[in-house]
Amino acid sequence: MTSSENTGRGPLFTDPDPDVARAFFREKKGALTDKLMSVPDAVARFVHDGDYLASGGFGGNRIATALLHEVVRQERTDLGFAGHTTTHDFQILAAGTRTGKLIFSRLDAAYILGLEARGLSAQARRLMESGEVEVCEWTNYALACRFRAAATGVPFVPVRSMLGTDTFRESAAKKIACPFTGKSLTVVPALYPDVALIHVHESDLFGNCRIRGITVADWDLSRASKRVIVSAERIVSTDEIRSDPNATAIPAFCVDAVCHVPYGSYPGNMAGEYFSDEVHLKAWLDAEQDVAAYRVFLDKYLYGVDCFESYLEICGGEERLAELRRLENN
Amino acid sequence: MYNAMELMICVASRLLEDGATVGVGTGAPCAAAMLAQKTHAPGLLVAFEAGGLAPMLPAMPISVGDSRTTHRALMATSMCDIMEACQRGVMDYAFLGGAQIDAYGNLNSTVIGDYKEPRVRFPGSGGANDFASFCWRTLIITQHDRRRFVEEVDFLTTPGFLTGPGAREAAGLPSGGGPYRVITDLAVMSFDEDTCRMQVESLHPGETFEEVQRNTGFELGQVANVAETVPPSEEELCILRDEVDPDGLIIGR
Repeated sequence: MTSSENTGRGPLFTDPDPDVARAFFREKKGALTDKLMSVPDAVARFVHDGDYLASGGFGGNRIATALLHEVVRQERTDLGFAGHTTTHDFQILAAGTRTGKLIFSRLDAAYILGLEARGLSAQARRLMESGEVEVCEWTNYALACRFRAAATGVPFVPVRSMLGTDTFRESAAKKIACPFTGKSLTVVPALYPDVALIHVHESDLFGNCRIRGITVADWDLSRASKRVIVSAERIVSTDEIRSDPNATAIPAFCVDAVCHVPYGSYPGNMAGEYFSDEVHLKAWLDAEQDVAAYRVFLDKYLYGVDCFESYLEICGGEERLAELRRLENN
Repeated sequence: MYNAMELMICVASRLLEDGATVGVGTGAPCAAAMLAQKTHAPGLLVAFEAGGLAPMLPAMPISVGDSRTTHRALMATSMCDIMEACQRGVMDYAFLGGAQIDAYGNLNSTVIGDYKEPRVRFPGSGGANDFASFCWRTLIITQHDRRRFVEEVDFLTTPGFLTGPGAREAAGLPSGGGPYRVITDLAVMSFDEDTCRMQVESLHPGETFEEVQRNTGFELGQVANVAETVPPSEEELCILRDEVDPDGLIIGR
C-alpha cells in the first residue's frame, strides 16, 4: 500500500493540536457572568472575518437562524464552515453578502446544498459548482467525530467508515493500523471551530442550556468550539437549571453569549415548540431558480430586514407562528 | 392498479423482517419501514441518523432530524449514538439511494463529472457512507436507467463491494457487510456470492431481463430461476395510501 492511499488529499483547514486548544481554553473562565446580549452585539463581538464557523442542530431543525441571518447582514467574509448536516443553514450563508461577496470560502463537507426531501438548493449548487469554495469531503459521522475529538481534547478519533472510497481520498483523514488488533482504521483530526452558533430551548443568563429532542452533534460541538453563541427560545432562572441538572446539555463555561430569540429556529423545526414552515422554505427554494427573482427575495427577507423579529413579521407573524405551533403539537 | 413507486415501497418493506433494526432516510426508505411496521413487522426498530430512535411515526418525516422522528420514540439521542450502534454491529439494515450505482453496488451522491470541476455537485455522503460501512446489509432503492446504473461511478461516495470479493475487508471495512438488494422500478437485484456483481433476482410484472439489461450500463447477471416480483397486495396498497403516505408525498396522488 502506498502512502498516498493512506492519506486523504483534501485540505485541513484547522489546527488539530490539543495543546494549542488547551492554551485557549485555559483562558476561558468558568465564573457565572451575565452573557445576555442582542443578536447584533453577539455576532459583532464573537464572529470575525476569517473565522471557522459551525452551525448546530440539523440543517432545518433547531438551527440558529437569527444568528445566521445576522452573520450575512454584518457581511462576514472569508469564513471556514463545517458543512455537517447543513441544509437551510447552508442555504442562508450560500446567499453571500449584499454586495456579492462570499461568506465562506473553505468548507468541510459532509452533507451540503440539499434540503433532504425538499430538493437541492439552486443557489448552493451555483456556489459549489463555481469552484470558488475550497472543499474537503467527510461523512456525517466522521465530521461529528472531529467535534468529538476536539471536545475530548485529543488530536484524533478512529472510525471504521470512509475506507476504500473517494470520500476518503478527498478528505484530510488518514488510515492507520490499530496498535492492538492490526485492523485498518480511519483517523479523523480534531476540529476546533473558532465559533459555533447553537439554538436551544432554554438558557439562563450565564449560558447553561437545555435542549429537547435530538442533540445531533451539539453536545460535542459546544465543547469543541473556542467561542459559542447561543440563542434560546426562553431565558430561565439559574434556580430552574439547578432544579434539574440532568436536563442541562451545555454548561455555561462553554458559552460566550446568550441571545433571547423566540422562534429563533424559524423557518426550521423546533422540537416540541413549532414545526418547520414548509411554505416559506419552498418559496426560498423556488426563488433561487431565477437569479433576478432571488435577489428580490433576498432583499425582502434577508438583506433589507432590520432584525429577526421583522423577518418573522413579514413571514406571517403571530398568526403563522401559531399555526406552526399547532402543527408541532397536535 | 398501482404505480412503480408503490411497487418499490411494498417490495422493500417485505425485506424488513419483524424484530430487525434499520437505519432509514426520508422518502421511499422511510415509507417502506413504516409500511413494514403496519403489516408484517410491528417490532421493526427504526433509527434515524440525526438521533431519533424507535419513534411511533405519526406522519412521513420531511427531515431525518425533524420532530416526527422522535414522536413517542424510545429515545431522542445524538448522531454519534445512532452511528456507533451501527458501528458496534447492532444495525441489520441501512436503506439508501444515490445518483449513480455500479455493478458492485458502490454509490455516488457527491458529483457528476470531474471532482475538481463538477458538472453537478450533490450533497455528498451525509450519513450514507457510514451506514453502508457499518450496517450488515445495505438496501438501495432507486430509479432504473442507464444514467444511474453505470459501469463506473464518477465518484465513489459510499462503499458497496468496492472492486469485488474481499475488497471491503482489504480496505479495512468491518467484515460481513455490503449491499444486499437493489430495488428499482424494473426489478429486484441481488449480488452474486462469488463475484459480488449485481444480478437480477426478480422481474417486476411485465418486465423482461433484456429490458432491464437495456436500462443498465454494465453487464447484469441473473439468478438461476428469476422470479416474477409479487405485486402489491390490496392490503399493502390500502395501508400505504391511507396510513403511510396519505398526502401522496412519495407515491404521488
